[in-house]
Amino acid sequence: MAITTTVAATQPPPPRARRFELGDSTIQKLFILPTLVFLIVWNIFPLLYSLYLSFTKYSHSGKLPPIWIGTQNYAVLLSDPKVWHAFAVTGMYALLSVSGQALVGFGLALLLRAKFKASGLLTTLILIPMMLSPVIVGVFWKLIFDPLMGIFSYLKFWDPATAPIMLRDHALLGVVIVDVWMWSPFVMLLCLSGLKAIPDYLYEAALVDRAGPWRQFWKITLPQVAPLLLLAVLFRTIEALKAFDVVMGVTGGGPGNTTEMVSIQLYRLVFQGQAQTGRASALAYIMLIVILAVSNVYVWYLNRIKEA
Amino acid sequence: MTASVSSTAQRSFAETGPGTPVVESVRVDQVTPGARTGLTVRLIAAIVVAFIMLIPVIWIGMTAIKSRPDATAVPPKVIFQPSWDGFIGLFTNRTQLSSGALATQKKRTDLSYWEKIALIRGMRILGPSKFVGQLRNSLIISLASTFLAVALGLLSAYAFSRWDIKGKGDWLFFILSTRMLPAVVVTIPIFLMYRALGMYDTHIGMILLYTAFNLSFSVWLLKGFIDEIPKEYEEAALVDGYSRLQAFGKIVLPQAATGIVATAVFCLIFAWNEFAFSLMLTSARARTAPPSIATIQGVGGIEWGSIAAGTLLFLIPVVIVTFALRNYLLRGVTFGAIRQ
Repeated sequence: MAITTTVAATQPPPPRARRFELGDSTIQKLFILPTLVFLIVWNIFPLLYSLYLSFTKYSHSGKLPPIWIGTQNYAVLLSDPKVWHAFAVTGMYALLSVSGQALVGFGLALLLRAKFKASGLLTTLILIPMMLSPVIVGVFWKLIFDPLMGIFSYLKFWDPATAPIMLRDHALLGVVIVDVWMWSPFVMLLCLSGLKAIPDYLYEAALVDRAGPWRQFWKITLPQVAPLLLLAVLFRTIEALKAFDVVMGVTGGGPGNTTEMVSIQLYRLVFQGQAQTGRASALAYIMLIVILAVSNVYVWYLNRIKEA
Repeated sequence: MTASVSSTAQRSFAETGPGTPVVESVRVDQVTPGARTGLTVRLIAAIVVAFIMLIPVIWIGMTAIKSRPDATAVPPKVIFQPSWDGFIGLFTNRTQLSSGALATQKKRTDLSYWEKIALIRGMRILGPSKFVGQLRNSLIISLASTFLAVALGLLSAYAFSRWDIKGKGDWLFFILSTRMLPAVVVTIPIFLMYRALGMYDTHIGMILLYTAFNLSFSVWLLKGFIDEIPKEYEEAALVDGYSRLQAFGKIVLPQAATGIVATAVFCLIFAWNEFAFSLMLTSARARTAPPSIATIQGVGGIEWGSIAAGTLLFLIPVVIVTFALRNYLLRGVTFGAIRQ
């Protein structure tokens, strides 16, 4: 760093004639505008367009233009038990997989917080699953869960003949296992940084006060890690509500509709079967409102942590 | 060993008591709740956990190099003879030969190494499979979109980092919130838009879409890196007669190089792994590898060996990158908000 400053200081200044030089305010606009244009064209415009479509009867495979039908799509969707079922499945999935990830991830962080031989290497190894492509790994888990060819049935907990057939009888749980496997490392990573930031003097003070390990955990470790753990949980909740890749990989929404999350129902509504584009747009908006509510809490919280 | 050290520390504390000052300092890692477990126990536990976490990945690697019958053996085989079957299945289209054709084929001496392996299964290689093209699509689309996302992100990250722009917090909030939109929700209108513009199933369409998808991430992450470069460097350069753009190019860019590379690698992985957009917005021409690996079907059942081979090829770069990026992973997953 010091080298750069000296270089900047000792080099002869470039010629003063600056015919093409731009003012700071022009540069600001030039630098920011492309990003905003991109985000508006690929996010805001599509959102407005699908808001309009959600009030119409329209199928993209047909030749008819969208017909305005008011709030009829929303009324039909909200009285459809299948839609409520999808929301219930998504909620259940989010609850199970996020709490699983929080528990496993926090546990892993507690295990790996100390510096020991090869702890850095092992931490990186454990982080690998979250970097992988969810759908591809999800597909492969189908083989792992296969009652005959999969290693899951041959675990030592049960006899292979009577082992549970996950993707037939407990499909949702199967997807949850995959999701917990993939994303616990994420929670671990955030918790680890929280644990490493706990100032030593807190534990020293606890020792002076003769607080036992259990008390230290509840009074120091947990409250100190809580902000980052909560951040991880919030983020994972948003992702679980959006769940698409992993579920498509492992079950594709089946068997039947036992693992049909809202996003998969949406996909089936537009791209498989009747191509009900208008109605799907309405469902997309219902989903969007739920997710945006949670996301805003997340972004607000992230900003607060950043400022602190 | 560690346990004995910590018990000594505690005995000495018990002897001195809270009233008298503690003379020797106590190492904190021996005071924390885990101290008594001992670091060796932790090491062993961590190795076991890492192994369990990686079993699926190891299994992918093993299945990828199994022969066709071994890949779907009941019960699953842990010890087996390695074979190229999976990779041949992934990269080629083959046809099953009749017994007569097989006999003539076997007499031929001009067969390549791969053709001989295929012949063991009674098959003849017809040509490269669609997967080759899809892997190329994946490469083109993820490299181009990463370049665009990082270039555009760098400019606006610099502007947001250096100037007090009106409503800066709100703009950044807006930029990040676009990342939270579910893919399925934005895909419907983008699908219609692309279809109308003739951009459905094109490379350029996917490149621009992935750029938009990664842009918010790259702005946030790069802003964090640029924030860390002292403003004074540029100010000194400006005083020396550099223009703002020269200062940006000659002072900020070299200083931010590591951050730029880390951001680029993250964008690359996101684009490389992306599934939902590619599934819904491409079909034959511009489809990337993830949706196709997910739907590989063989003659008479799923070809697990080929799926594993494709998965393995797809995972290896990601695993290497994970190691290269290990110090930046936390920043990456929190959009640069939290630094180690």
